[in-house]
Amino acid sequence: MLKPTTTESGPIVKKRVSDPLPIRILLIGAMLLFFTAFIFLPLGLVFAQAFQKGWTLYLESITEPYALEAVKLTLITVAIVVPLNAFFGVTAAWAITKFNFSGKAALKTILDLPFAVSPVIAGLIFVLLVGSRTPFGSWLGEHGIKIIFSTPGIVIATLFVTFPFVVRELIPLMEAQGRDEEEAALTLGAKGWQIFGKITLPNISWGLLYGMILCGARSIGEFGAVSVVSGHIRGQTNTIPLHVEILYSEYNFTASFAVASILVFLALLTVGIKVTMEKQFKKNSIHHQD
Amino acid sequence: MGLFQTKRRNILPGFGLSMGYTVFYLSAIVIVPLSMIFFNTVPMGWEPFVHAVTAPRVLASYRLSFSTAFFAAVFDAAAGLLTAWVLVRYRFPGKQFLDALVDLPFALPTAVAGICFATLYSPMGWLGETLIKWNIEIINSATGIVVALVFIGFPFVVRTIQPVLEEVEQEIEEAAHCLGATRWQTFRKILLPHLFPALLTGSTLAFARGIGEYGSVIFIAGNLPMKTEIAPLMIMSKLDQFDYAGASAVALVLLLISFSMLLVLNAVQEWQQKEYR
Repeated sequence: MLKPTTTESGPIVKKRVSDPLPIRILLIGAMLLFFTAFIFLPLGLVFAQAFQKGWTLYLESITEPYALEAVKLTLITVAIVVPLNAFFGVTAAWAITKFNFSGKAALKTILDLPFAVSPVIAGLIFVLLVGSRTPFGSWLGEHGIKIIFSTPGIVIATLFVTFPFVVRELIPLMEAQGRDEEEAALTLGAKGWQIFGKITLPNISWGLLYGMILCGARSIGEFGAVSVVSGHIRGQTNTIPLHVEILYSEYNFTASFAVASILVFLALLTVGIKVTMEKQFKKNSIHHQD
Repeated sequence: MGLFQTKRRNILPGFGLSMGYTVFYLSAIVIVPLSMIFFNTVPMGWEPFVHAVTAPRVLASYRLSFSTAFFAAVFDAAAGLLTAWVLVRYRFPGKQFLDALVDLPFALPTAVAGICFATLYSPMGWLGETLIKWNIEIINSATGIVVALVFIGFPFVVRTIQPVLEEVEQEIEEAAHCLGATRWQTFRKILLPHLFPALLTGSTLAFARGIGEYGSVIFIAGNLPMKTEIAPLMIMSKLDQFDYAGASAVALVLLLISFSMLLVLNAVQEWQQKEYR
C-alpha cells in the first residue's frame, strides 16, 4: 500500500528535501497504528456489534417505537435549532463585519464561549434558570409551561451548545469579502434588503450552508447538555444519543450499537460533506482572484 | 486588527437592527443563563462555598479531570504532530481519506465514542481481551479516561498544526541542508520552534475540551467515587440530589479555570505574533 517513492519522483511533483524512505515508512506506519486504535477499530466495532445478531434484529432495533420517538425528537430539535442559529449567525456576522464599533472584540469572545464550557455546565445553567425549583421555573409551571425535562429544555440547551457554528463560519468569510460591493450597491440606490438579498447572501451561501451542516451535526449528537435537561423519559424526552445510552446501560448492546450506527453514518456523511465543501471553497477563492 | 485601524464611517444600513438582535439573542441564550451560576453561588457565602469545592470527593474529581486531560493533551500533541507531518509532507495512497477522517472525533457524537471505547477495552472486547492478559486494565481506570480524551482532542492539534506546516518555506530547510545540518537538526532547531505556537494552541484546546468532556468519558470511567469520577460528573450527581448551590459552586471553579486557561492562551498567541513582527 505504501509506495511513496514512485509518486515522490513523479514528473509533476517538485523535488523537495524529504525524509529517507525508512523514516517515511516508520512514520506512516506509526500514524496508521494510531488511526487503527483510535478511528478504525471503534468504527468497525460499531458495525460489528450492530450486525452481530443479523439484519432482522438490526432493523427491529432501529424501527422499534422508542427508537423512532428518539429520532423524531432529534429531528424536531434540529429543525428548530438550525434555522434559529443560522438566522442569528447571519445577523451577528452582518453586525460584526459590516460595521465598526467598540466592544467588537468582547462580542467575538462571547461567540467562543460554548467551546470553553463543559456540556454538563451548559445543561446546568438552564436547570438553574428555568428548572421547576427556581422562582422563574415555578412561575412558568403555574402557567402550565414546562421547559426542563421536556422538549423546550432540550431545544434551548442545544441552542446554547451550537450557536457559534454558523457565525464562526461567516465572520472570516465576510471579513475577507469586505464591504466594497455592498457600499457600491448603496451608492447605486439599492435598499438595505436588496443589498443583503442580492449581494451578501449569494456571496456567503456556501459558508452559511456549511455552518448549518456543522450546527445540525452537533445538534443531532449533543449528549452532555441534553442529558442534564432531558430527564430521560422514554418515548418523550429521549434524543438518539440518549437512547443509545439507555440501551447500553441496560446491557442491550446490539440494539445500542444499531442505533449508534445511524449516528456514525451521519458523522461520516458530515465529514464527507466537509471535504467536498472545502474543495468548493478552494475553487471559489481561485475564481475570486481572477 | 485591520478593522479597528480603518476609520471609515459606517454607511451600510441595518446596524441597529442586526446589533440589537445579536445582543438580545446572546443575552437570552448565553449571558443570562450563564450568570445563573454566579447568582446561585453568591448567596452561599464564602465558607460554604469553600467547603463545597474542597470536599475530598470534589477535589479528587478536579485532580482526575485535570491530570487525565493533561496527559491526553500531551499524547495528542505527539500524535497530532506526527499525523500533521505525514499528511502534509508525504504522498501515499489513501492520504485524502485519512485526512478527512481526522475530523471524525468532531463529528461523532460523544456518547457513541464512549460506548465504543468502553466495549473495545472491556475484558471481552477486541483490545481488552489481550490487554488483560498483560495485566493492563483500561476500563474503570484513569487510563481509560485518557484514551477517550485522546480521541476527543486529537483533531484540535492536527488542524492547528497543518496550516502552519503547509506554510513553511522549503528554502529554509534547503538552506539548512546546504549548510550541513542533518534532517533531525533541521527539525529540532528550525521546524519545531516554528511549529511550537501552533502545537501549544492545539494541545491547550484539547486540554480545555478534555476538562469539560462528559459523554465519551462516563462509559469507560466506571465512575467510582474518589477514583474515577470526573468533575463534570460531580456536577451531575449534585444536580441529581437537587443540590443546586453545590453544583453551581463546582461548575464555577471549573469555568474560571477553563476561561483563565483560554485567556493565557490568547496572551501567549499575541506575544508570539509580536515576536514575529
